[in-house]
Amino acid sequence: MRNPFRVSVIMLSAALTLSLLAFTQNARSQQLGPPKDRKATTAPAPLHDISGTWEPANGPNDGIQPYGVKAVPNDGKPEHQLPYTPHGLETYKSHKAPIGADEVLPTQYNDPRDRCEPLGFPRADLYYLRETQIMQNEYKVAILYQYGEAWRVIWTDGRKLPQLVDGGVLVGKEVREPRFYGYSVGKWVDDSTLVVQTVGMMPEDRVWLDLTGRPISDALHVEERFHRVNHDRLELTVTIDDPKMYTKPWIAMNKFPMRLEDPHRDVMEVYCSPSEMEKYNKLFANPTSAPEGDTPER
Amino acid sequence: MEKKTVLVAAVTVVLLSMSMSLFAHHGTSVFDTSKTLTMKGNVTEWDWSNPHCLLQFDVKNNEVGQVVHWIAETQNPGNMVYAGWAKASFKPGDEVTVTLLPAKNGRPFGRINQVVLPNGKTLDANKGTLTKNDSAGASGGAKSDNYSKQ
Repeated sequence: MRNPFRVSVIMLSAALTLSLLAFTQNARSQQLGPPKDRKATTAPAPLHDISGTWEPANGPNDGIQPYGVKAVPNDGKPEHQLPYTPHGLETYKSHKAPIGADEVLPTQYNDPRDRCEPLGFPRADLYYLRETQIMQNEYKVAILYQYGEAWRVIWTDGRKLPQLVDGGVLVGKEVREPRFYGYSVGKWVDDSTLVVQTVGMMPEDRVWLDLTGRPISDALHVEERFHRVNHDRLELTVTIDDPKMYTKPWIAMNKFPMRLEDPHRDVMEVYCSPSEMEKYNKLFANPTSAPEGDTPER
Repeated sequence: MEKKTVLVAAVTVVLLSMSMSLFAHHGTSVFDTSKTLTMKGNVTEWDWSNPHCLLQFDVKNNEVGQVVHWIAETQNPGNMVYAGWAKASFKPGDEVTVTLLPAKNGRPFGRINQVVLPNGKTLDANKGTLTKNDSAGASGGAKSDNYSKQ
C-alpha cells in the first residue's frame, strides 16, 4: 500500500527540481541570449556573442568575391585603383591572376592557391568567405572557414597583440615565426562588436590578398570589426594597413552582411587537392588555353 | 517571331552575365562568351571534384558518323550542391543535352550553363550562387544538411 506522505514528498521534490532547472535555463538564456537551436529571428544580438554558422546574406557569390575584395573590386575602374607603393605595384604586376582587370590565361596563373598553398589571412575573409562557423568561449573565438577547412583563433583573454619584428613577431621575449593565419587578439568595444587586430602573416611570396593578385607583405596589420546587428545578422568590416604595399590604410570589406544559418547545418568541405588540380589542368585548363590549331593532348 | 528572338536574346544575356560572374576559380578569358552551343551526347565520365567538376561526353554527328569527345566544366562541388547537382547526377551512358559556352580556340571544351537529363529534368549550373531574394533562405538550400540522428 502506498504511503500518501511519501508520494507527496516525491512529487514536491520533482516539482522543485524541475522549477530549478527551468529557472537555471531561463537565467542562462537571458544571460547568453536566445538559444541558437531555433529558427533565426530578428531578436536583439546576444551579449558578447558572435558564435554560429554564418553565410553571406546576399548569396554565396557575395562572399566568393571573384573580382577581388568586396568593397574595392579589381574591375579597372579608376575609383577602384588601390594606393600602391612602387613596391606594391611591382609586386602586383608580378602576380598572374585568374580573374580581374589583368587576368591571364590558365597556363600562366601563378596564384599560390593553385598550388594548394593555404589561402592565409586575410585572404580567408576576402576570397570564398562562404559558410563560416564561429565558436567561442571566455578565452577565445575560433573561426572555421569553409575553403580549405582552415581555422584561426582570436584571443579575447586580454593578451596584447604581438609586436612585429624582423623575422616574425615578438610574443613576450620570444620571437615567433610568421603564420599563414597570423596572430590575432580581439576586444569587445561594446555589447555586440568585437574588434580584432592581426599581425605576423606570411611574406609576400607566399600569400595574395585576393583572387585578382593584389599583394600583401609581412608588414601587414589587419583590423576586423565583427558587429552583430541583431540575433541573425552579422556585419564584417576589414581594414588593410600594409606600409610596404600601400601608402595608406584602406577598407576591403565594409559592413559585409552575413546571416545566421540553422545550427544543424552540416557545412560541405571545399578543398584543394593536388591530384584533382593536376587532373583538371591536364584535362581542361591546358587545352582550353592552347592556341587554335594545336592538337589537344588527351 | 521577333518577340521570340528578343526573348531568346534576353535569356542568353542573363545566362551569360550570370555565368561570367559566378565562377570563383578563374575568369572567362578562354571562353567565347558571345555564344552558347547546345548539343546532345552520351556521358562518359562525371568528375565530382575540385577546383571544378568536369562532365565528359561523346557527341555523334549522324551525317558523317564521327564522334566528338567533349569536356565541359561546372563550378566546384561546394557550389553545385546549391543548384541541386550531386556526385550521382550522371552515370556513363546517360543521354544528356548540354548547353555551354564554347572555348575560344575552337576545341571541344566549354563551360556548362545547363544540362537536360534523360528524365527531362534540367540542371542549371548557374543556380549555385543565390541572389538576395532567392527562396533557398537561411538554411542554404542544399540537400542533406544534417547527418541522421543517432
